[in-house]
Order: sequence, then C-alpha cells, then structure tokens
Amino acid sequence: MDAILFMIFAAIAVICGINLVVQTHPISSALSLVGVMGALAALYLLLGGEFIAAAQLVVYAGAIMVLFVFVIMLLNAGAEKRPEIKPLGKYLGAPLLLVFLGMMAYWVERLMPPSSPVVFGAFQGGTAAEIGRSLFTVYLLPFEVTSVLILIAIIGAIVLARKEVD
Amino acid sequence: MPFGPLPAAVPPSWYLTLSAILFALGVLGFLLRRNIITVFMSIELMLNAVNLSFVTFSYVLKRVDGHIFSFFVMVVAAAEAAVGLAIILTVFKNRQTLEIDEVSTLKN
Amino acid sequence: MQLWLIPVLPLLGFLLNGLFGKRLSKPAINAIAVGSVVMSFLWVVKTLSGLGAFSGGLEETYKEHTYTWIQSGTLNISVDFAIDRLTAVMLMVVTGVGALIHIYAVGYMAHEGGYYRFFAYLNLFMFFMLILVLGANFLLLFVGWEGVGLCSYLLIGFYFLEKFATDAGNKAFIVNRIGDFGFALAIFLVGNHFGTLDFQTVFAQIKTMPVEASAGLFTAISLLLLVGATGKSAQIPLYVWLPDAMAGPTPVSALIHAATMVTAGVYMIARTSQIYLHSPWALDIVAIVGLTTAFVAATIGLAQNDIKKVFAYSTVSQLGYMFVGLGVGAFSAGIFHLMTHAFFKALLFLGAGSVIHACSGEQDMRHMGGLRKYIPITMVTLLCGSLAIAGFPFLSGAASKDLILEAAYEHAPWMYWVGVFTAGMTAFYVFRAFFLTFFGEYKGKPASGHGHDDPGHGSHGSTHESTPHESPAVMWIPLVILAALSLGGGFINIPHFLEPLFPAQEGEPARWLEYVATAAGLAGIGIAYLFYVVSPSLPESLASSFTGLYNLIYNKYFVDEFYDATVVEPVVDGSRQLLWRMADMRVIDGAANGIGTTARGIGGILRRAQSGYIRSYAAWILAGSILAIAYIGFMGAAR
Repeated sequence: MDAILFMIFAAIAVICGINLVVQTHPISSALSLVGVMGALAALYLLLGGEFIAAAQLVVYAGAIMVLFVFVIMLLNAGAEKRPEIKPLGKYLGAPLLLVFLGMMAYWVERLMPPSSPVVFGAFQGGTAAEIGRSLFTVYLLPFEVTSVLILIAIIGAIVLARKEVD
Repeated sequence: MPFGPLPAAVPPSWYLTLSAILFALGVLGFLLRRNIITVFMSIELMLNAVNLSFVTFSYVLKRVDGHIFSFFVMVVAAAEAAVGLAIILTVFKNRQTLEIDEVSTLKN
Repeated sequence: MQLWLIPVLPLLGFLLNGLFGKRLSKPAINAIAVGSVVMSFLWVVKTLSGLGAFSGGLEETYKEHTYTWIQSGTLNISVDFAIDRLTAVMLMVVTGVGALIHIYAVGYMAHEGGYYRFFAYLNLFMFFMLILVLGANFLLLFVGWEGVGLCSYLLIGFYFLEKFATDAGNKAFIVNRIGDFGFALAIFLVGNHFGTLDFQTVFAQIKTMPVEASAGLFTAISLLLLVGATGKSAQIPLYVWLPDAMAGPTPVSALIHAATMVTAGVYMIARTSQIYLHSPWALDIVAIVGLTTAFVAATIGLAQNDIKKVFAYSTVSQLGYMFVGLGVGAFSAGIFHLMTHAFFKALLFLGAGSVIHACSGEQDMRHMGGLRKYIPITMVTLLCGSLAIAGFPFLSGAASKDLILEAAYEHAPWMYWVGVFTAGMTAFYVFRAFFLTFFGEYKGKPASGHGHDDPGHGSHGSTHESTPHESPAVMWIPLVILAALSLGGGFINIPHFLEPLFPAQEGEPARWLEYVATAAGLAGIGIAYLFYVVSPSLPESLASSFTGLYNLIYNKYFVDEFYDATVVEPVVDGSRQLLWRMADMRVIDGAANGIGTTARGIGGILRRAQSGYIRSYAAWILAGSILAIAYIGFMGAAR
C-alpha cells in the first residue's frame, strides 16, 4: 500500500516538475509548482512528518505560491517567447545534469545505511509536540534568529516595493 | 533502481532518488528559462527537493532534527521569496522587462 | 711624504668647480682651478727636494703605500705611489707646464660659455695624468690611462653643440679604446705570468731572467703594450684622432695633445723598458713605427692650411721621434725629447691660440699674414718655439733631437738619414706656418667672420675691431716662460739624470752627425723663407706641377676614408642589422613584449567568464559543484 501511494505521489511530483520547466506561461508554471508541493506534502505524511506536511501546505503552497501568483498577475507577465538557449546551456547543461543524477543515484544506493522500507506510521517522532519540544530547547537560538530574519525580510520587501515618495 | 516484483513498501533510497530528480529539474529550469519569475520558481522547486531529502533522513535516523531543518528551510524560503519578488518588481519598474538576459550590466 | 696629495689637489679643484662652479664667480673659479694645479706643482717641488732629487739623491725608488685596493685570493693590488727619477721628470713637466697652461687658459677662455666646466675637466685631467705618472703598478697606470682618455673626450667635445666637435671626441675615445684593448691584454699577460702587477716586483723578477728565455712571452707583452702606446701617443695606425682633436679649445690642445697625455705612451714604454729590453725584436718594431710615423706625419704637415692642424701633425711627428729614441735603446734620449717637446710644443700651441685670439677666431693661415706688426710678443715667443723645434743649435729641441739621431745612427744608419730628412721637413713646415702668419700682407676677414674650427669665439662684443690685437698679460706671460724654457731647456742634462735607470750608451758619437742634422734644420728654414717670404708664388707653381702628390698629401693619404670604409662602416652596419634588428628588437623586445601579450591573452580568455548573464554564472556554478562532488565522492567519501 505504501509503495503504491509513493508511486502515485512521486509521479505527480515529477510530472508537475517537468511541467514547470516546460511551460511557457509563468502562471502555468506556478500552478505546476503548487502541484509539486501538494505531492510532496503527501510524501511527508508517508514519512511520518505530520507537522511538516501541514506546514508545507499552509506556508509553502498557501502563502508563498499565492505571493508568486500575485506578482505574476501584477506584472502582467506574458507567455515567454520561443526561448533561445545559449549553446553552452544546450550542449552542456542537460548532459551535465544527467551525469549528476546518475552520480547521486549511484552513491545513494551505495551509502545508505541498511534500513527498513518506509511504512506509514513507522516514525512517530514527527508530531507537533516533538517538534515543539525540540524547537524550543535545542534549536531555540536559530528559532529566534529566523524570526529576526523574517522581520528583516518584511522591512526589505516593503522598502523595495514601495512607490517613490518625493 | 532494483528490479523485481514491486515490494509492499519502498526503501528510503527511492525517496532520495526522487529528491535528486526534483533537484535536477529545478536546476534545469533555472538554466533554461528566461523569465525571471520562472527562474525563481525553479529555485523554490530545488528547495523543496532538499526538504524531502531532510525528512527522509529524519525517518531513516529516527530523529526529529530533520524536520526542524526542514522547518527552517521553509522559513528562509519564505523570507527569500518575499524579498526576491520585491527585487523583481523593482527591476521590472526600471527596465520594463522580465527577461533574465537583459539584466546584464555586470558584464565584464 | 704624502704623495697622494699631488693628484688629489687637482681632484679637489675638479670637485669644487664641478659641483659648485655654476654659482661661483669667475675669480673664484680661477683661484680654485689654477690654485690647485700650482699647489700641486709646489708640492711636487717640495717632495722632490725632500727626496734629494735636485741634489743628486733619489737613486732608489721611493714608494708610498696609500691603501689596499683589491685583495682577492693571491691577487693583491694596492694604491701605491712611487717616485723615481723618471717619475720626477714627468712630474715636473706635467705639473709645471700644466700650471702655465691653466694660467693661460684663464685669459683664453674668458669669453667662453661653460667656463667652470672647462676648468673642472682640466683639473680632472691633471688628476688622472698624475695618477698615471705616480702609479706604482700596472693597474694604477691603466686607471690613469683610461681617465686621461675620458678627459680628452670631454675636453675635445667641449663645444658639444657642434657636431664635428662631438664627432672628434668620439673618434678620440674610440680609437684610444682600441689601443687600450691591447694594453689590457698586456696587463693580463703580466699578471698571469708574474703573479703581481707591481712594477718593482715585476722588474726585479725580470732582471734575474736570462735575455733569451721566454722571448716569446716578452715579445707578446711588448707588442701589446705598443698597441696601447700607439693609441694614446698617436702613432701609426692609431694616430687619426689627433688632428681631429683640434676641435677642442686651444689650451686643451696644448696640454693634452702636446705636452702630457700623448706622452703617456712614451712614458709607459720607458717605464716598462725591462720588458722591452728582453725582446729586441719588439724594440725594432717600436723604432720603425716611430720613424714611419714621424716621416708620414711630417709630409702631411707640409700642406695643411689650418695652423692648429700643422702643429697637430707636428706633434704626431715628434712623438714618432720619441718612439725612435726608445726603440733604438736610448730611453733617456726619448724622455729628454719628451720634456723639450712639452716646452716648445705647448709654446707653439699656446702661441697659435694667441694668434687665433688676435684674429678673432680665424684659424686658416691663408687669411693671416703680416701679424708681426700687431702681436709682437706672440711673434717673438713663437719664433723661439719654432727655432727650438727646427733644431737650431744650442736650443732645447736640437739637444734632444740630436741625441736621438745619434743613437739611431748607432743602431742602423738608414734610420738616421730618414730622421734627418724628417727634421728638415719639420723645420720647413713650422717656418712655413711662421712666415705665412707673421709676414706678408694681412689677408684677414673682418671681425664678423667666424673661424670655422673655433666656433665659440665669435662673441667678443663691440670692442673688437677688424685689426688684430695683442693678447692680455695673463696669456703672454706663460708664453714668455715657455719660450725661456724652450731656449734653455737643452741645458738640463736629463740623460745624465736618468742614468741610474737607463744606462748610457758607450762611446762618443761622431761629430758630423750633429752637424748634418743641424744643417738639415737650417736648410728647412731657408727653403721656407724662400717659398713664403721671397717669392710667394713659388709654392703655388710647385703644387700645381705635382697635383697628384699634392692632393695625396693634402688629403692626409686618405687614411680616414680608408678606415671608414674598412672598419667603421662594417661595424656600424653589422651592429645595426645584426645586433639591433635581430638581437635587440626581435629576441629581447619580443620576449618582453611577448610576456605582456601572453598575459593579456590569458586575461582576455578568462574575461569571458564575466559575461553578465546570470544563467551562465549559474551554469558555471553547477559545473563547479558537480566537479567538487565528484572529486569528493571518488576520493574517499564513497567507500
């Protein structure tokens, strides 16, 4: 059962990813990205990361992607014209990536410690309580720092995007 | 991937391979697309792939730290998205274009 | 005894005038320049009298060590000064005549630009000449040798804005250099064979060697030394620089090219007489070179029209006589003639300078004449000098020249006859110059004409009329002193004085030798009188009937042109084509520029990475990261 679920959601993720790269209009790419995120949320659930799955859907798909869609709408970005790929990218980029993929797959297979297959419910440590406990004791400092980071981001975004006041 | 009859559950390495594929797709999009916003979305795709990888390792090692990392990645991605889009807005205001190749004043 | 003071005093004069001369007033410059030389002369007198030179002392060499210069392994060369009787003679001549010429130059150069520079160079010359004379080893002599060559170059090219002056300076220096090369080789041979360059040590070693042993070595050293001497003392084949050197101011011609520098070669051969005595063959060559030079130069002097050129060729000729004296073994006769020649040749040159000064820069004798009315003092003194050089009885020139001719007869009679004929020619051309200048009608141009060889002399101001005028006292007083020396110098018995060094010849020479020589001189004077006073048209007709010969002589046997074609042109061309074009431009510049071009090229290639395109940056980052991961993976992480 877990395998089938994995297959389905993995397929959705990959197809949406390909779609993101291939589509010409940005809005289509944005919607594909939403699809990827949703599939990933399901996969997180399979891996026992309930909190992360929820956060993914709420923050990523729900806020960030909405932001993207807003900006696309604001800028009235049209469909991209036929892209002219630089020869460097065309002849070097794709083969390099394939090489990269192959390498990573190979090493992943060799280096993974032997472990049991992924079964839904095998890992119980991803609950909100667990995350909360870890977040506010061991990772307290990064937590506070990220809050400052968000503050800076807000200020930055406002400063950059406002109209010039004369 | 190992061949044979489909098992009842997949080993975690398959998750990692999926993560790699998604990352590669993100890179491809980053290199090949010309619209700035699409490039940005490819970056988000890459970040997501890495998140998946973190959560998988968290499962393998039976610890919660992977989830925490993933959480922080999300926070940072949000901040970055906000500021990045603001910059794109400014660039669009100044140059009236969303082509990434037009923004090349750092040449030479 | 502080011998080092003798050269250092003029050196001080050079430093003071050279560094501060621009800001000093003329009297101050005069005081420093003349004063330093006069003080040096006085110190010489004091030292020599202290050593007993004037009272029969100074039998042995007095050597003084100043400081150790080079000490390297077994090579030990120090700055030593030594005085023996030969040095004493040279010192008196150099400082005495030098002082007189310095005094004269104060008047002569009064209107010239670069006043302080002139005296600075003159003092520097005195310094080097004194080092040359006082040096107690070969290297110190060579230092002085080179130094006087340098000063000669500086002073010949004194009017450096005129191309022919700088050309003459270059010619003098370069031709000298050729001689110096021979000299340097000789020094190497000496140092190699004897292990030291000190005169005393080397000569003591030679004295103990039998005459026939290692004659080859001694011949080689002697001939190489002779090459150096021909360069410095203007003998064949390296004499060509001396006539051109007349481009310098006349005091320079008097001091350097008559009295002191050109005698350095003679001095050097006299000093190394031990080496020459061990190679009779080389001595013969010295004599033949000297005789040939004397004869040839005298023939050229017959036809020259520039008064300074006449005296220049005369100098070459008289130097030839000195070499003959040395070559036949009469070293002291050669030195004696050196001294008397210094007196009367300096007198002749300074007198010529006085004449030129009187004629406002005119040097061509065809535009002079009848000057005895205007410049009587100069005329009388020049008469004394001319009589001396012509060999008039009892005068200084006769005494020394007769000694040389007698010794030549002892050695080989044909040399005597050639020498006598040359003496006749000498008398002729000197008196030709004298009569052309002082007798007849004045054919001078008005004051605005510039003498072609004396360019800086024209700006004499409005007080200059077209009639010649006598020189100021500061100029004719040295002339008078030199005239007295020319007349009475023959009575200073130098050969007797130099006897401890150069054993005298045995036997009394035949009386008639002296009489024939004197007769030849008087005949020369008589013929000149005939040609230029009695019937002035005679020379013209003679020249036109022998035009070929006359042209040959007048153009100095085309020696300069010959040298130009065979030596100068090939060297210059070779230098230009081979060394400049190929070696310098292609190889060296190519390498230097090539490095620059290569760096630029590499930079140009690397610059493509900065394209400004974000995507290409990303592509490079990706490529780099893949490489890094692959490296890490294969190196160890993937086990």
